[in-house]
Amino acid sequence: MTPVVLANDEGDRMTGRRAVEKSTTPNPASGSTKRAPQGRGTRRTTGLKDEPEFIQLLTPTGERIDHPDYPLELSPEEARSLYRDMVLVRRVDAEGTALQRQGELGLWASLLGQEAAQIGSGRAMRPDDFAFPTYREHGVAWCKGVPPVNLLGMFRGVNNGGWDPNENNFNLYTIVIGSQALHAVGYAMGVQRDGGDSAVIAYFGDGASSQGDVLESFVFGASYNAPVVFFCQNNQWAISEPTSRQFRVPLYQRAAGFGFPGVRVDGNDVLACLAVTRAALEHARSGQGPMLIEAFTYRMGAHTTSDDPTRYRSSDEVESWRAKDPIVRLKAYLDREALADETFYKTVDDEADELAAQIRSGCLALPDPDPLSMFEHSYAAPHAQVAEERAFLADYLAGFAEEEH
Amino acid sequence: MATKQFRLPDVGEGLTEAEILGWSVAVGDVVKVNQILVEIETAKAAVELPSPFAGTVGALLVEAGQTVDVGTPIIEIEVAGAEPDAKPAAKPAPAAGAAPAAKPAAEAPKREPVLVGYGVAQSATTRRARKNAPAAASPAPAAVASAASAPPAPVAAAPSVAPSAPAPAAQAPTVAPTHVLAKPLVRKLAKDLGVDLSTITPAREDGVITREEVERAAAAPAASPVAAPAVAALAEDRRVPIKGVRKATAAAMVASAFTAPHVTEFLTLDVSRTVKLVERLRAQPEYRDVKVSPLLITAKALISATRKFPEINASWDEAAQEIVLRGSVNLGIAAATPRGLVVPNIKGAERLTLRQLADALAQLTATAREGKTPLADLTGGTITITNVGVFGVDTGTPILNPGEAAILAFGAIKQQPWVHKGKVKPRWVTTLALSFDHRLVDGELGSRFLREVGRALEDPAAVLL
Repeated sequence: MTPVVLANDEGDRMTGRRAVEKSTTPNPASGSTKRAPQGRGTRRTTGLKDEPEFIQLLTPTGERIDHPDYPLELSPEEARSLYRDMVLVRRVDAEGTALQRQGELGLWASLLGQEAAQIGSGRAMRPDDFAFPTYREHGVAWCKGVPPVNLLGMFRGVNNGGWDPNENNFNLYTIVIGSQALHAVGYAMGVQRDGGDSAVIAYFGDGASSQGDVLESFVFGASYNAPVVFFCQNNQWAISEPTSRQFRVPLYQRAAGFGFPGVRVDGNDVLACLAVTRAALEHARSGQGPMLIEAFTYRMGAHTTSDDPTRYRSSDEVESWRAKDPIVRLKAYLDREALADETFYKTVDDEADELAAQIRSGCLALPDPDPLSMFEHSYAAPHAQVAEERAFLADYLAGFAEEEH
Repeated sequence: MATKQFRLPDVGEGLTEAEILGWSVAVGDVVKVNQILVEIETAKAAVELPSPFAGTVGALLVEAGQTVDVGTPIIEIEVAGAEPDAKPAAKPAPAAGAAPAAKPAAEAPKREPVLVGYGVAQSATTRRARKNAPAAASPAPAAVASAASAPPAPVAAAPSVAPSAPAPAAQAPTVAPTHVLAKPLVRKLAKDLGVDLSTITPAREDGVITREEVERAAAAPAASPVAAPAVAALAEDRRVPIKGVRKATAAAMVASAFTAPHVTEFLTLDVSRTVKLVERLRAQPEYRDVKVSPLLITAKALISATRKFPEINASWDEAAQEIVLRGSVNLGIAAATPRGLVVPNIKGAERLTLRQLADALAQLTATAREGKTPLADLTGGTITITNVGVFGVDTGTPILNPGEAAILAFGAIKQQPWVHKGKVKPRWVTTLALSFDHRLVDGELGSRFLREVGRALEDPAAVLL
């Protein structure tokens, strides 16, 4: 069995990818349609009643375990870097929430609790792999190299995105629930036709899985065998709607009905998310078509800053998930294996403080847009009606300017 | 050292105000950036606000328990080595319409602390007037003037919304809502060709005006004037001025129908015993010289039922925000007179014996028919009966006499097949309809009351005598 090698640079990563053999690739559910591939020797329970097992490589107490289908070799440096990423991203997120509470952002969607799912899957991607996020993938954006302050523009209402999707292969945040899954499949079909070996990840949540767009994207992805990975962060709550109301069968098992494999991974285990996503990307880029990953995780905060989760879920539930915190878990592993010391943690914390300060000043310095700029990207080419409306607004604004003299 | 103000942000996409639940800091406390200052509760959630500044708390500008508008400064923090806010002197003054203070130069020069997504809600006062505002567009100068001269609104928390001046409904340009049906493209065509769609009579069955019809209308020679086809001369309309009783009735009905939410309930019942009772009473010497009718028994039944359910004999006082439970039953009887509908009432009807009530009813109707009802008899009613049965109809949905909570419609009494003691027999049957003001009378009360009236008519001897 050839292990998937976590590489330090792109070259190695390419090699590592080539090293992946059939044995590491999950079998499509073709033979036994009853179950998507799962761990055989190391099944772990989710800790919830009546919930099926998921793939886990790191227990909540930081104990490293192996999985036959998803082996992972991890250097100490890599383990530390995953820790660093999660801490920094959590701090970016906290700063976003604070800025909203201070009136500097109109809205913020917190990723608190979902760091492992995002960093694990984000780090599994190659630079040429393309991610289609929702509006909560701050961790994936971080992995794809999007400067955190760029994420704030849309939430501050000063731009409609804030980055060039092609620069980092990270699409703009998508507010419309689930539509990005279709975009991702379309992009993947393009990759397929271009003859490339890049893969695409469509991110979405458990709520979006009830959306027609997502299910249509499953159909298209399967029909065309598109190199796409459907990565669902099941954070248990679609705003105030529990997954129990949305799923009659566990989400990942739906994949079998569409004709591609589905797996459930411990979404609070960064190592498992990394290994499983990496395998799914290989599955996609090697021409075997889509795969669905259900990262079983929890949204520790509110749906967005406009939401009050205490109105619909119990504090007991939140506390039970706090015990599975992804950062605490990895730190426990680092401590257990003596891979990091206090100096390292202090350095990361200082780095986080510095990053937060940068984000704060960067947010306040974001320029207010020229009102007329809203017309610039409505259409790619000049459009008579847009030009007319633009002229009208310009005239209207000029009315104020004259008044001020 | 400079004083920074933190203004209440909109923490939930479009909220306008929040209540201060409690402060986590006190004057003199040293705070860090993102340290929790205060907990607030909005319409959506209770949330904690972290400090945007590092420094020393200089003043808490609002107290716990207060509800303040978004944009109101809530705390002042002394920040070392920063430039002061634009208006440091204007301290705890609740700067309602104050210009937004400028941000510290260090952070963002010239940025106004206008919150994302909307301008700081400073209402109309800070809005700049448009220079080229077309005069015609200014909607209601009169309304603005009257609002300005109006006495201050009694409700304290009504800063910007002027007490809405009474809408000059009568003067409002009567834009008749002509519902023409046409597709957008056809509408556009009509607009371009100067064709008024309301002048076109669509040929299609569904009433949709077609492109061809618009083009035909445009091509037609300038709308043949006064070419009304001389169909056989029809009788002319007659226009009657609205005045007097008609005008008062109309006003009362409109006022009642559109202020009191009406509910009407029906009860069909066997009143054979009431009919028999009426016959018996007529035979008695005591009632020889007075009119005895089923209406008399119904009136008595209604009065009796109000004794059991006094809440029905009530009135909604909107101005005082009170429900008035009437001390006596002033029983109104809707009477058709040559001058129109009048509703005189019998004061203190609950004190009258059946015989006295019969006299009062007879006198009331006689006076009304002569058009001599004194004003005092027309006011102060508390509950009404409308005897639509005399016109031979089964029932109706009566509109409340303004100010009253209930009105009973008494339908025609007819012989009908009815199951009586297990057999279908011809019985005297009628339908009662009770309308009540649902603001103060719930369905349960209305139903029980109507049932009680019905019970008395089904077995009048047991209930009334």
